[in-house]
Amino acid sequence: MNAVIQLEDIHKTYQTGEVEVKAVRGVSLQLVPGEFVAIMGASGSGKSTLMNILGCLDRPTRGRYLLDGVDVSGLGRDELADIRNQKLGFVFQGFNLLSRTSARENVELPMLYSRRALSSREQHERAGRALDLVGLAERADHHPNQLSGGQQQRVAIARALANQPALLLADEPTGNLDSQTSIEIMGVFQKLNEQGITVVMITHELDIARFTKRNLVMRDGRVVSDVPVEKRLNAEVELRALRESQAAVKLVP
Amino acid sequence: MRFFATIKIALRALRRNKLRTVLTMLGIIIGVGAVIITVGIGNGAKAQIEAQIASLGQNVILIFSGNVTRSGINTGWGSAGTLTVEDVEAIRREIDSITLISPEIRQIGQVGAGNQNWSTQLLGEAPDYFEIRQWRLADGALFTEQDVRSANKVCVVGKTVAAQLFGGESPVGQIIRVKNVPFIIVGTLLPKGLSVMGTDQDDVVIMPYTSAMKRVMGVTTLRGINVQAASERQLAETQRQLTDLLRQRHRIQPGRDDDFNVRNQQEIAEAATATSKIMAVFLSIVAGVSLVVGGIGIMNIMLVSVTERTREIGIRMAVGARGRDILLQFLTEAITLSSLGGLLGIALGLGGSKILSTTQGWPTLTSTSSIVMAFLFSAGVGVFFGFYPARKASLLDPIDALRYE
Ligand SMILES: Nc1ncnc2c1ncn2[C@@H]1O[C@H](COP(=O)(O)OP(=O)(O)O)[C@@H](O)[C@H]1O
Ligand SMILES: [Mg+2]
Repeated sequence: MNAVIQLEDIHKTYQTGEVEVKAVRGVSLQLVPGEFVAIMGASGSGKSTLMNILGCLDRPTRGRYLLDGVDVSGLGRDELADIRNQKLGFVFQGFNLLSRTSARENVELPMLYSRRALSSREQHERAGRALDLVGLAERADHHPNQLSGGQQQRVAIARALANQPALLLADEPTGNLDSQTSIEIMGVFQKLNEQGITVVMITHELDIARFTKRNLVMRDGRVVSDVPVEKRLNAEVELRALRESQAAVKLVP
Repeated sequence: MRFFATIKIALRALRRNKLRTVLTMLGIIIGVGAVIITVGIGNGAKAQIEAQIASLGQNVILIFSGNVTRSGINTGWGSAGTLTVEDVEAIRREIDSITLISPEIRQIGQVGAGNQNWSTQLLGEAPDYFEIRQWRLADGALFTEQDVRSANKVCVVGKTVAAQLFGGESPVGQIIRVKNVPFIIVGTLLPKGLSVMGTDQDDVVIMPYTSAMKRVMGVTTLRGINVQAASERQLAETQRQLTDLLRQRHRIQPGRDDDFNVRNQQEIAEAATATSKIMAVFLSIVAGVSLVVGGIGIMNIMLVSVTERTREIGIRMAVGARGRDILLQFLTEAITLSSLGGLLGIALGLGGSKILSTTQGWPTLTSTSSIVMAFLFSAGVGVFFGFYPARKASLLDPIDALRYE
């Protein structure tokens, strides 16, 4: 199968004043469609830097990045913007929703910048479907400040899905959430992955990584471990178990 | 991105900060309002002057005696009595393109009737004068050529004089003492209002020029000659012929200055509008400055807005907005701000003009073209002053923008 992501000896060096920070030092990697990858590692190990390169938000200092077989390492700002718009969905730790803008309008945002113009009715419907997919259809008209953290992250995921990308990237998507909500979000990712979307996410929580199919560990800008997940967790099962134990201590009726 | 979506985003951003939006627009509102009002006043004044010029009559040429500049001293129009009745006769004889002609002498003098006294403009003219100036009678009759030949003591009076001396009564047939010489009033004139110079044209007593010369003022020369050319086309040619004829009659050597002054109506109009033109230029500069100040206000607020919304810009870029989309968004916001200010300014200007003309009686005249100009100008201010902040926003790096706190 053709790789959806192929990294060849990717380097990223930040130049801050006189100090050079080598954030990523030679990462080579191949991802095929349908994969579900967690990148782990200590703080400062270069995970976000690598993710930004994968998400075409940043360019590597050295190395080649093939996305869907196209070399994107040398593309300009506008071309990268188009790729972000069409091929990628990005989910952030801090949700990054537009405040005072409804959930639906947040989801419509990527369609606004789509080169292929959609009618506003089409946009509306698509946004509705994306929100349905993350289980938030009935909250479409709510604003971010009326939603819980988990719900906000679902809106952010729906927004990432707006232009139906093949690749979903998430930088610590559960970093700001409690454990139950984190499992719920992992459930959403698992569902999307089952539908064929390739998911790459960063997490520093081992339990969360066990919901994925493949775990990478980074240290000092290099990938030091790359293993498939054995005994993969299922979010639905875990949630049910969690609720049962909560019921036992009368946390929930 | 589509046009309407951009406008919608811009409007929403502006609605979010209503007070700030209004304060920012204030500069433009006042600037545009000032432009509309000043242009309105300028146009109104111009129209009034044009009406006054037209009240002079049509295809009129005025000859003033004097303009002695040989010694470097201009003694003023009509001061030196260089024109004579013989000059008038010669003009009537030799220049065919002249249809009407009236010699003129004038003086300020005391008039009286019964126990009423009044100081007024005394004019000596030929009957042609009323035709040249298209000045119609309100009552009675004009004096005639016969009155001129016999230097009869008859006159017509303007509305102001009639009112001052006779109150509501009709003065026709009454006696008026002109510098203590009794004249019979044969007619009264319809009002003409203010002259270009701002004097009351109806404050006048007009008598045959012969009567004025012999019986009242005791002079032998004229202050000027009023002439009407047959058509506008012949105005310049007639003016040249008049000059040639008078130079010849006055035996003025080539190279020497005329001892008279020939002006047509157009030239007088230009002299009268010159000051209002200077005023208009001055006012446009003031208005322009206030628009620039308004523009700087917009630029300032847009720069603040870009900084405040750095994260939003980062989010938009992350989901695929190109630099150009961001540029367009902020530019649209600036243009919406300034155009909206422009529209409100136009409303303010129109309202202000209306108030000025109803309460102060100023003749304001707002033209569609000045409104369209004001609007386009304010939109232009938005483009000009919005571009720099918008460009700054469009050049942000997506990651830096997303990380901005
Ligand atoms: N914009 C930047 N400029 C300079 N140094 C940076 C920048 N971004 C990240 N770094 C540095 O690069 C290293 C990797 O950072 P990052 O990729 O954010 O790590 P992680 O996400 O794994 O915590 C860190 O040492 C960090 O300080
Ligand atoms: Mg990080």
